[in-house]
Amino acid sequence: MASLRSALRDPHRDAAIHSRRLAITLLMVVTALTVVGYRYYGLQIVDHQRYLTQSDRNRVRLEAIPPKRGLIFDRRGRLLASNIPSHRLSIVLERVDDLDELLAHLERLVGLDAHDLERFNERRVLRRPYDPVPLKLQLSDTEMARVGVNLHDLPGVAIEAQLTRHYPHGELFSHVVGYVGRINEQETARLDDSRYRGTLHVGKIGIEKRYESVLHGGVGAQNVEANAHGRVLRVVDKVPPTDGADLQLHIDLDLQRVAFEALGQQRGAIVAIDPRNGGILALVSNPGFDSNLFVNGISSKDYEALRTSVNSPLFNRAVQGQYPPGSTIKPMLGLAGLTLNLIEADSTVADPGWYQLAGDSRRYRDWILRIRGTGHAPEVDLRMAIAESCDVYYYDLAHRMGIERVAESLAPYGFGVLTTLDTTGEKAGILPNTDWKRQRLGEPWYPGETLSVGIGQGYMLATPLQLAQATMVLANRGTSFVPSLVKRVGESPNGAEVRPPLIAAEEHWRSIIEGMMDVVHDPRGTAAAIGTDLSYTMAGKTGTSQVIGIAQDDVYEETDIAEHHRNHGWFIAFAPVDKPRIAIVVLAENGGGSSAAYPVARKVMDAWLLDDANAGGAVDG
Amino acid sequence: MLGVPWMADYERALPNSHRDLGGSKTLSEWLHLDLMLLAPLLALMLGGLLVLYSASDADWQTVVGQGRNQLIGLAAMVLAAQFRVDTYRRWAPLLYGVGFFLLLAVPWVGVGAKGAQRWLNLGVVQFQPSELMKLAMPLMMAWWFSRYTIPPRLWPLLGSLMVILLPVVLIGIQPDLGTSLLVAVSGLIVLFLAGLSGWYIVAASLLGVASVWPAWHFVLKDYQRQRIITLLDPEADKLGAGWNIIQSKTAIGSGGWGGKGWLSGTQSHLDFLPESQTDFIIAVLAEEFGLQGVLLLLGLYLLVIMRGFWIGLHAQSGFARLLASAITFTFFVYVFVNMGMVAGILPVVGVPLPLVSFGGTSMVTLMLAFGVLMAISTEQRSLSA
Repeated sequence: MASLRSALRDPHRDAAIHSRRLAITLLMVVTALTVVGYRYYGLQIVDHQRYLTQSDRNRVRLEAIPPKRGLIFDRRGRLLASNIPSHRLSIVLERVDDLDELLAHLERLVGLDAHDLERFNERRVLRRPYDPVPLKLQLSDTEMARVGVNLHDLPGVAIEAQLTRHYPHGELFSHVVGYVGRINEQETARLDDSRYRGTLHVGKIGIEKRYESVLHGGVGAQNVEANAHGRVLRVVDKVPPTDGADLQLHIDLDLQRVAFEALGQQRGAIVAIDPRNGGILALVSNPGFDSNLFVNGISSKDYEALRTSVNSPLFNRAVQGQYPPGSTIKPMLGLAGLTLNLIEADSTVADPGWYQLAGDSRRYRDWILRIRGTGHAPEVDLRMAIAESCDVYYYDLAHRMGIERVAESLAPYGFGVLTTLDTTGEKAGILPNTDWKRQRLGEPWYPGETLSVGIGQGYMLATPLQLAQATMVLANRGTSFVPSLVKRVGESPNGAEVRPPLIAAEEHWRSIIEGMMDVVHDPRGTAAAIGTDLSYTMAGKTGTSQVIGIAQDDVYEETDIAEHHRNHGWFIAFAPVDKPRIAIVVLAENGGGSSAAYPVARKVMDAWLLDDANAGGAVDG
Repeated sequence: MLGVPWMADYERALPNSHRDLGGSKTLSEWLHLDLMLLAPLLALMLGGLLVLYSASDADWQTVVGQGRNQLIGLAAMVLAAQFRVDTYRRWAPLLYGVGFFLLLAVPWVGVGAKGAQRWLNLGVVQFQPSELMKLAMPLMMAWWFSRYTIPPRLWPLLGSLMVILLPVVLIGIQPDLGTSLLVAVSGLIVLFLAGLSGWYIVAASLLGVASVWPAWHFVLKDYQRQRIITLLDPEADKLGAGWNIIQSKTAIGSGGWGGKGWLSGTQSHLDFLPESQTDFIIAVLAEEFGLQGVLLLLGLYLLVIMRGFWIGLHAQSGFARLLASAITFTFFVYVFVNMGMVAGILPVVGVPLPLVSFGGTSMVTLMLAFGVLMAISTEQRSLSA
């Protein structure tokens, strides 16, 4: 059959069919190849620019180069805040197949706490495509090694080198320098995104926060060529970052340490100022805390411990603590009395141990009464009133001045208003008068309240920093500067800012300062205990401020009172008297009285004045 | 001295040609080579090495490996050119039968790769029976229609459809949709060239359109559907299925007219381009040599195709005509599908760019087919002498 069919075939007709069909096929082929050619023409010529841009965008990635944060030095150039290299673990989410699995893997390798994951989830929402998202900061060497060995199994995981903030002196400067911490969500919204690209940390409190804008510097950028796996192969071009400016503080590391150690277990604060320019030589709030804990996110356990501690280590007593200044304001009121001609240097007040207002049966007691059962002396003059801290003398003076003049005469020392811009969280204290009471409490001023203010009690509140500033004004006989922590920003000195001076007659100043010298140098002075074997002259004033009110005839017994209800002890002082180089305030919180404060001040003074290194350079910087 | 083919034909046609008398044949005549076909093939191979060198990041080992593949391919081509056309005709059913049997065997003894079982392990080499079928199919179909009258009548037509369908289904379930479509095309083109009635074609086309819906839902696998979705909208899944197409289009488009220069394609050298040595190698060429290079490549392919059709047109027997034209058309389909898929106008099916993509199996299969073409060519010359 097959051979028969074959025999019937017409070879010429077969060839003709084939030729015709082949022609159609060729037409199809040419058409199809033309379509392909046209497609390539469309991609390569018509849309060339678009694809070229896309290819460049693929290839080239803009990366931020975070600036190096400025360093912080003490007055002699010793580091208080530095940057140390560390490594962090980051993830490029685009390269990750299964994030949950990867996180579980990393958890086994280096351990991740809830805090890391929380921050990671916050940051991944805000990132740009292909940006590495930090997961764990500050890998230890072992963690680095563990991740490094397994890196091929961990697509999308990168180890990035970075600088991280370090505070070599831990709690010594926690309340001065403050700390940086990871940028949180609110800060992300507040900070200029273009300036903080690539930066993870921002100043949270203290100098680190106040001087954030100069410490941070300007972000740089580089275009890098990266392959499809995100690995950087080459830097195409680069705008280097502007590193942050270094800061030099007026603070002296040694003095700060002496002050800190002098307080020891005593809660409290110390502020020492150079009266010649307002530079703060030491600023201590005790206890402090280790600032380094906060840099890479403090654990909730550590934070709870700090937050709930009865000693409130996070509380900066030196600038946030508001306490009744007690008798420390007596020299200032005395000066006002002289200037207002209400008293003379040698005019006296009878002192039975209490004071009574006309038509008021209440006895305003002198503190000496419960010790001696009598007053300081039958008649007390100004010098004795300061040296022995006579309350009756000042009840009388304050009563005759009236609250308005009391407030007016204390205002030039800086009470009731913020002191400086160099700290964070500073409180203004209270300098009360009739307007203040009417506005705050809706009540009129009673004459008895003036007597309380006259001995620095009642409504009046001041911070240790404010008292230090007031002490500087006394030391300078009126000249006043804005207390400042920062001596130099980068290369430019941070000049002393002068305040309007307090004007008073020369002999009035002398009377006041003689009284203050007696506090230390006279055997009857309230701080005579530190006056022995002094090799320099010191003028000071003690103070005790009540935490709770004592009823009319109750006897105050230190031992009976819970520790947190005990009186605060104050001591303000400056030295040497004729050419003061240091003005100091010491607060002994619940110290019982000023005897807890003045020995501390003596130690700090000695450290400063007996060290020849500090003798030179009057108004330096 | 290499002879010019058409001059040889001319001279053979003369009764007293000195070549016939003198018996001094050129090397190409001794080896039955068709130089008009061989020249563009060699140009494509050499050009392919150049592109591969760049695509492999200047890896000599890859280039040398491909050179070895090419030499094996050339040897296979020369070998295939030595057989008589009638030998191929007689052996066609057996070759087809063996190929079919091997395809049946794959699911039981095959070796898997990337979720599909395509390979047979023959000890020394791994071998894809579906590759054998690429050559066996046009042979078998040409044999079929050398036994029946053309245009085909109903029963021979139905028989030939079975010849096509059985291996295509076996390859399709491996699953290897790309190869099964190519094998189907290499059989169907024989039907068309054999003068299949236009009505059948229209009817089949309508049936094809009607089967789109059931095919989508019941035949295609998820990853195959994904490829078609990706083709229609590559942006839908930029980092997943669409990644390849977006990156290959970017590579091609960024090449422009003149290209970025040899070894300077960023898309391929920075690993954005997937499969840059194999299926997507055209994107490397397009990125580095621009539209110029693409058109040159298309020109070379067109030369091969034109010469193949010329051989088919002048072949002496119905079997030879159908075989030569079908082999050539299949080669065209390779080119079209690969270039179309990389440029994003066809779905991504695993089809290499013939003679250029890295790979041994497809190189040898292709060159064997060109050897068969040359066998037809040389016979036609000697017969016309």
